[in-house]
Amino acid sequence: MRLNAFWAAQGCVVLQPYDLPMGAGTFHPATTLRALGPSAWNAAYVQPCRRPADGRYGENPNRLQHYYQYQVLLKPAPADPQGMLLDCYRELGLDPLLHDFRFVEDDWESPTLGAWGLGWEVWCDGMEITQFTYFQQLGGIACEVPSVELTLGLERLAMYILGVENVFALPYNDPASAAPLTYGDVFLRAERDFSAYNFEHADTTALLRQFEDAERECSACLRHGLALPAYDQCIIASHLFNLLDARGVISVAERAAFIGRVRAMVRACCEVWLGGERAGRNPVPAGAE
Amino acid sequence: MPELLLELLSEEIPARMQARAAEDLARLVSDALSSLSPADVRTFHGPRRLTLAATVAAATPEQRLIERGPRRDAPAAALEGFLRKHGASRDAVREDGGYLVLDRVLPAIPAREVIARELPRLLRQFPWPKSMRWSGTSSFVWIRPLRRILCLLDGEVVPFALAEAGDDGHGLCSRNETEGHRFLAPGPFAVGGFADYRAELAARHVVLDPVEREALIRSDAARLAEAEGLSVVEDPALVAEIAGLTEWPVALLGRIDDAFMDLPPEVLRVSMRVNQRFLSLRRRDGSPAPRFIVVANIAAADGGRAIVAGNERVLRARLADARFFWDQDRKRPLETLLPKLAEMTFHARLGSQRDRVDRLVRLAGEIASLVGAERGKAERAALLCKADLVSGMVGEFPELQGIMGRYYALEAGEDAEVANAIRDHYAPRGADDVTPAEPVAIALALADRIDQLDRFFAIGEKPTGSGDPFALRRAALGLVRIVRDNRVRIDLDRFLSAEVLDFVAERLRVQLRAEGKRHDIVAAVLGRGADGDLLRVLAAAEALEAFLASEDGANLRTAHARAVNILRIEERKDGRAYDDAPDPALYASEEERTLAAALDAVEPALSRQLAEEAFAEAMASLAALRAPLDAVFERVTVNAPEAALRANRLRLLGRVRRAMARVADFSMLEG
Repeated sequence: MRLNAFWAAQGCVVLQPYDLPMGAGTFHPATTLRALGPSAWNAAYVQPCRRPADGRYGENPNRLQHYYQYQVLLKPAPADPQGMLLDCYRELGLDPLLHDFRFVEDDWESPTLGAWGLGWEVWCDGMEITQFTYFQQLGGIACEVPSVELTLGLERLAMYILGVENVFALPYNDPASAAPLTYGDVFLRAERDFSAYNFEHADTTALLRQFEDAERECSACLRHGLALPAYDQCIIASHLFNLLDARGVISVAERAAFIGRVRAMVRACCEVWLGGERAGRNPVPAGAE
Repeated sequence: MPELLLELLSEEIPARMQARAAEDLARLVSDALSSLSPADVRTFHGPRRLTLAATVAAATPEQRLIERGPRRDAPAAALEGFLRKHGASRDAVREDGGYLVLDRVLPAIPAREVIARELPRLLRQFPWPKSMRWSGTSSFVWIRPLRRILCLLDGEVVPFALAEAGDDGHGLCSRNETEGHRFLAPGPFAVGGFADYRAELAARHVVLDPVEREALIRSDAARLAEAEGLSVVEDPALVAEIAGLTEWPVALLGRIDDAFMDLPPEVLRVSMRVNQRFLSLRRRDGSPAPRFIVVANIAAADGGRAIVAGNERVLRARLADARFFWDQDRKRPLETLLPKLAEMTFHARLGSQRDRVDRLVRLAGEIASLVGAERGKAERAALLCKADLVSGMVGEFPELQGIMGRYYALEAGEDAEVANAIRDHYAPRGADDVTPAEPVAIALALADRIDQLDRFFAIGEKPTGSGDPFALRRAALGLVRIVRDNRVRIDLDRFLSAEVLDFVAERLRVQLRAEGKRHDIVAAVLGRGADGDLLRVLAAAEALEAFLASEDGANLRTAHARAVNILRIEERKDGRAYDDAPDPALYASEEERTLAAALDAVEPALSRQLAEEAFAEAMASLAALRAPLDAVFERVTVNAPEAALRANRLRLLGRVRRAMARVADFSMLEG
């Protein structure tokens, strides 16, 4: 809530999570597609993320196959994005005169999205609390107007601020309420079930078939110039690939080929999306306000 | 001389790129301002700024030029053209040697003009290894967004802007302002000159000089360690990196939970170093201490309590992760990981790691007896040596490969020599690393490198002048070092093709050259034919070197060169080789008979000595050829008019050539 209020005050549209499973908030079309083209776009939203391979059956206090990211996209990059982020930390009660904030080199790249950018992981007392990226390319296309992407891991941030060492012990509601619930009460069962599914039981033949269906559906949509529905299929295909990967059925050589297939889909979507942008469907040029 | 001060303030520059950038800045500014003869150029680098200070001339020197015009008697039109070109009037022209000439003075250009002209161009072309755009309105790129430019000449701003046609240059132009520490002294302040700049930065919690920051980190860390009766584990690369991450380094002491102290020391150290950039501490007896040093970038209001608490918490999470891997990995004996190696590709065309392990088992088994290792142990070590690659810990920290394998092997009750070999077969990892010393480890280390070289050459993945993606040069050099350090008698030609052997021999030559030895002697020894026994090659080379230093050796070499030269010319002329045996009936002189007799004695002696590897004796045998060969050259005409005599004498020289070639290819000697 505080994050929403803070970023809304910085002029961001506050969005809701996208309703498809994805590995990172970057996949949300409000980041991937909107970072392309000339239009200004400032958005903030929470995005649940699924990373099948990171599941630990709920046994590791720091690793989850499903968690939440707070994602901010600022386009064009503001004059002092580092200062804005530090203000955001102050808002959350992290005083930079008491803590040790550091911007440590961490360039970001997503081969599936055909994307890269330069930036840092932001450390607070040795803990990475934010991924900070200046996007340079998405869908294989150079960003006309470079934007800033900020990704905050919500569980980590909450653990840090509340001084909790096990994610499952995080209070999820008011600990003084009649029925206090922890993160574990809410999610532990899901971590166990999904870890078992992701690693042991997912039907790989069906997943492979679905991957190919998504690929076909994507190109069908693109033939009709429908960038957003086509892009949905990229998100789906990428998640299917992550599941197949977690099941360990993709060899190193095949891996590169799968990634290349998703990248080609994303690229095609980005091109169609940009075509629409240029045709004036989002007529707010950067810097026009 | 005026003082130039330039500071480029940006968002955080990656630590590993700072030193190089400072060097580039010094070089580029020196070049661009060469007309101002810059002197005393100093650069400083840190997370947010690159700074250069220098003295420069107040102006470029005035230049006097004489422009030669048309001849005195040329048509008027030519003179008019000349005057127009230089914008001069008729009165300015004088006569010199039949030509009309114009004296021109290129006026001195003030330093500020030169600097203002050169710097924008220099900054636009700055060679960052990676650079980025951060606005749609400028194509000016930098490593991270550039926020301020400070440029002063004797305290006065040298005005320039980065904007150019159609590009706002991010609105950046030079000013007299910079900023101090991001949190302890936010906001800009004005600067007078370098001394003022440095002092004002220090007052604003920025230590400008990276060398000073490193020294501070070292002394603070040592002091904190000392107070606990501990010492800091030396790690210059890490200290340099920390100096690149901090403007105001403040070392703080943290505690490691005792619960983690039973983790292997290498795991503790790698986890702290790689993930957290902590310095490790040790007790007087060398054992790891349950303390660490974290270097913050701030003198915090609470003396660093919150920072230490935060870092300790992060470390607990990290070590809990490491503990998880350590516990999980130890539940499964190394051997049970082998099937997973089959799923791990070594190289698309060379199969899986499992395939590689099978090759290593065969090779290590064959090599074992040559290095005094038990065959069974060498094969066992080979079978297990890559298993830790699929363990959780090595997945997390690849730099622990081998080290974890040893722990897990010991845990599973493997033999100590086998376990050590799993760790040590990666050695030497670099030029400063020692080579393995235990027989089983030696066998495995050799097998690993032989396999790597043999397989990659076989699929045509050979190193090129610029690229060696599979580190084959390092593998070959490692092979040479292991053989030499342990005096291993092994015929590499049993395992490697002639091409790979050549490649290994080339590494040997490079190594000898680096040691200041005569590498051409090794080339000459190898010239007698490929030899996979590097120690034999080296022994022969030593004997040859001693021989060449003797009078007999030097003279024989000259005579040999003469013989070979004659043969080359005559063989080319006749279109045939004189390698067949001479006919004793055709010897026409005492000298020929003497030389033939000497060869009769030398040849069997050489055979015996070479077989026994008695290289010094072989050289002595060759020495016996010197006098008779000299005598032949002195008193016998090789190219006799009688065709039969000539051919026979050439055959006799051919025999000398063959005998000597058994010891070395003397023609490859230099100098």
